[in-house]
Amino acid sequence: MYNSPYLRQNTSVRRVMVTVLVAMLPAIAMQVWLFGIGLLLQIAIASATALACEAAMLSLRHRPVARALGDGSALVTAWLIAVCLPPLLPWWMIVIGTSFAIVIGKHLYGGLGQNPFNPAMLAYCVLIISFPALMSQWPGLQGSDAATQLDWVLGGERALDAVTGATPLDALRTGLLGNADVAAVMQSPAFGHLAGAGWEWVALAWGAGGLLLLALRIITWHIPVAFLGAMALVSGVAWLIDPSHYASPAFHLLAGGTMLGAFFIATDPVSGATTPRGKLIFAACIALIAWLIRAFGAYPDGIAFAVLLLNICVPLIDIKTQPPVFGHKVEPPDGGAR
Amino acid sequence: MLNKLFSFNGGVKPDPNKSASTREPIARLALPPQLVIPLHQHIGGTPRPLVTVGSTVLGGQRIGAPDGNVSSAVHAPTSGRVVAIEPRPMPHASGLSSPAVVIEPDGLDTAIEREPFDWHAAAPGEIRDFLRDAGVVGLGGAVFPSHLKLNPGKSGHTDTLVINGAECEPFITCDDMLMRTEPENILRGALIMQRMLAAKQVLVALEDNKPEAATALKAAARALGNASLEVVVVPTRYPAGGAKQLIRVLTGIEVPHGSRSTDFGVQCFNVATALAVWRALEHGEALTRRIVTVAGNVERPRNFDVAIGTPISHLFAAAGLKPDTDKLIMGGPMMGIPLPNIDAPVVKATNCLLASSPTLFAPPEPELPCIRCGECARACPADLQPFELYWHSRARNFGRAQEYKLFDCIECGCCAYVCPSHIPLVDYYRYAKSEIWARERDKDAADSARERFEFRNWRADREKEEKAAKLAARNAAKPAVKPADGPAPAADVAPAAAEDPKKALIEAAMARARAQKEAVAAKNTDALTPAQKAQIDAAEERRKRASELSGSDAPTE
Amino acid sequence: MITALLVMAGLALVLGATLGAASVLFKTQGDPLVDKIDAILPQTQCGQCGYPGCKPYATAIAGGDADINQCPPGGDEGVRKLADLLGREYKPLNAEHGVEKPKSVAVIDEATCIGCTLCIQACPVDAIVGAAKQMHTIVGDLCTGCELCVPPCPADCIDMVPVTETVESWKWRYPVFELKVQPATLPAKEAA
Repeated sequence: MYNSPYLRQNTSVRRVMVTVLVAMLPAIAMQVWLFGIGLLLQIAIASATALACEAAMLSLRHRPVARALGDGSALVTAWLIAVCLPPLLPWWMIVIGTSFAIVIGKHLYGGLGQNPFNPAMLAYCVLIISFPALMSQWPGLQGSDAATQLDWVLGGERALDAVTGATPLDALRTGLLGNADVAAVMQSPAFGHLAGAGWEWVALAWGAGGLLLLALRIITWHIPVAFLGAMALVSGVAWLIDPSHYASPAFHLLAGGTMLGAFFIATDPVSGATTPRGKLIFAACIALIAWLIRAFGAYPDGIAFAVLLLNICVPLIDIKTQPPVFGHKVEPPDGGAR
Repeated sequence: MLNKLFSFNGGVKPDPNKSASTREPIARLALPPQLVIPLHQHIGGTPRPLVTVGSTVLGGQRIGAPDGNVSSAVHAPTSGRVVAIEPRPMPHASGLSSPAVVIEPDGLDTAIEREPFDWHAAAPGEIRDFLRDAGVVGLGGAVFPSHLKLNPGKSGHTDTLVINGAECEPFITCDDMLMRTEPENILRGALIMQRMLAAKQVLVALEDNKPEAATALKAAARALGNASLEVVVVPTRYPAGGAKQLIRVLTGIEVPHGSRSTDFGVQCFNVATALAVWRALEHGEALTRRIVTVAGNVERPRNFDVAIGTPISHLFAAAGLKPDTDKLIMGGPMMGIPLPNIDAPVVKATNCLLASSPTLFAPPEPELPCIRCGECARACPADLQPFELYWHSRARNFGRAQEYKLFDCIECGCCAYVCPSHIPLVDYYRYAKSEIWARERDKDAADSARERFEFRNWRADREKEEKAAKLAARNAAKPAVKPADGPAPAADVAPAAAEDPKKALIEAAMARARAQKEAVAAKNTDALTPAQKAQIDAAEERRKRASELSGSDAPTE
Repeated sequence: MITALLVMAGLALVLGATLGAASVLFKTQGDPLVDKIDAILPQTQCGQCGYPGCKPYATAIAGGDADINQCPPGGDEGVRKLADLLGREYKPLNAEHGVEKPKSVAVIDEATCIGCTLCIQACPVDAIVGAAKQMHTIVGDLCTGCELCVPPCPADCIDMVPVTETVESWKWRYPVFELKVQPATLPAKEAA
């Protein structure tokens, strides 16, 4: 038995999730081009782990397995985890991170739609706290051939120092700690025109994917605009005050996970704010905290922590920013009916 | 001149599907063998039947009298004989029955002699009473008695009268066809309404997907030459035809839930209601017919002019129901209700009858968890947060659902239309609303029971006190007459004696009752003694008298 | 030492006086708890709980003399609400006091009524009208379905008729959601 409306738009969760996956492709292609095909293997491992964990949890929870697996949400989580991890991590780390995200981050809270935290960011945080050294090793641009990469991911001996370098954010942090100023650090070969060499292009590819999501109405403008706006504003103010200690807004916008966070992470509807004003507050606060962690914290990038911190605040933000309901926007004349 | 249109948030643009039923003109449908006219077809009190089984009625004769002012009359659409007054299945999602007058048309279609009514000279109050007695209610679907809305309120005037011809729901074309065929009379009805409401301007609004109707209305407006009358074409977007949304589009005013639009200087009527007002006042015609769109999975989709009370099966037979139809819907595909019973009658609220097939309206895919994507909030024309309402309704957390303004939801279905998780959102709201109403009814009943219980206890206490006081007074008076040891046995005897005759009376009555019970039981057997028959007849007679006394209006025979 | 004692004693005096004054100034009229409990009870006044009406039962619950599961008309939902209000553990309805039945109203068979007024005296909510030797009738809207009028009737002419749904009182059903695969082993309480 079902009732009106009998007409339904041709849309589904699967369609939404697949669109998100498609929008991730440009950035993935860019990363593969720059850092090698290790990332593809990582994506494969993460996807397989996510699907296996999802299926296991669904059957333990007596939910229809095939239907929920088909919604694609586990794949989105898996891909997001894979793209934010350094490309040449050993396979078991990816398995740990992904299974943590799916089992603890998602299903222990009640599955799709119920998780208060962004599962991908949960996985990232667990890994960076547990394995800080491995998590900060990024391969250099075009540093190694495909066979070596595969060997590493699958657990072969690593000669890390030979081919890995720090991310631009890491380099900046280390440089500043070593009393160099921003301009000096930026001279190092890890840096390109604006942010890290190559990183700019990855960030722009994320931005392009994000614009696709916007165009297809999968996300609204609120979160990316507030996120990037707040990041530009706060880093810009600091940069104007002391350009030798604080990197420029352009660097912050294009370095690390800013673009990925603005378009793909903070826009996760389940764990994010839902009201228009709430989205603005939510995203701006993430950008602010992320910048604070970048500038003053112990970790090179802070988007994952910022997202989790704001995830906790979502219920409060949503309650306090409920948009006015039709007819309740202005006080009705003569005291009102209610 | 209206030079600026406003807009409402949200809304959706489903495929209008209106062309199929507008190819043919409106057809007047022949009378069915039986008309089932429900007494309760509008918001407000249930009318009292004015006819009895076996009586003959004429076309336009009143068969149900309005119960109070918030009610409306019901009329016989044609002449014939009343064959039953009994509960019949209603065109309602429940499929339950409700009292109805069943008329067998005699085929002559003799109309009752219409009393001429000079509305030009009548006071607004008289016109309102006349419309109530003519059974004019809102024909857009809400069936709110029109006479109640034709009151300018405290201020004594209204800024804008909106005549709603938007008809935003897909498939429905009954208003469209009406506007094409009778534009002048619609506008004349609107002008009467304007006079009653003392409205400064009349805006007749329709969506831009009805160019023929717009042309017809504009020509009619020019012919009438009234400067305060304007035909406005608004952009097509569901639900632009919702009264609140249309008022917002035309005037920018948002009328909150639970308040009257007249308080904001606006009033809104459907085009068919305007025509019904015109016909009632100018020709003395009661509301006994309406235009119904029959569309969807039928061979010949079309608009029919049908007598109210015509079984729905009769309309589908005329339009040719296709064999793969899996369900029937009254109303449009966005807000229509399922019809469990094809023999239910057409009522004043029936604007459209849709036949559904699995290919036309596919059964929804299985419900998935809400991912809070916010599509519903973007589609909601009432600016609600539908997923929050869903969340709390599903958890039966009705208090919270009301905090999120559940009752501002107009059940337009936009949220469920766009939901990627295929959640039947509106079903959850309907469920929550009816639960809340039921709880309020239960609470009111409990409160009134408590009040009566407490009053009864108070009364019992008072009686006890009075008795005690009387006894004390008597005792104070008695000792002077009687010796001190005397009263004790006497007092013991007296109540016993008083009790005995009472007991005896009850015994006797019980014996009579037993005899009567046997007589009642004997009724089933064929052999009836004349005495029993007389007894039964006498009882019948008494009952009839009692029923005559209880109704203030004597039934017309 | 002395000072400390004096300070303590003085504080005790002041606080005691404040408390005393507060208890006089802010004295609550009636027992709000009893009213809250009474608001949950269905007001059938049927006495199945063993008390002469809902208010006395509410008083007994508030006083700790009665348990929360003695009201069959309130049903399972009523017990849950009471448990919620009082912060107590939910327990199933005590069968000693009767079982939950669908809501019914009393109907007098007017042909057999002898007009004895006994039912009128029994009705706790004044829902029966009539006079001695006149036929009685029950006002259906006012009847709480307490059944107290049934035993006193000497002619046995009162029936309890379950209230049927009408178009007005009909409720939309809880939308079915087939999210869960129902394995045979799933406990029945899940469905309840």
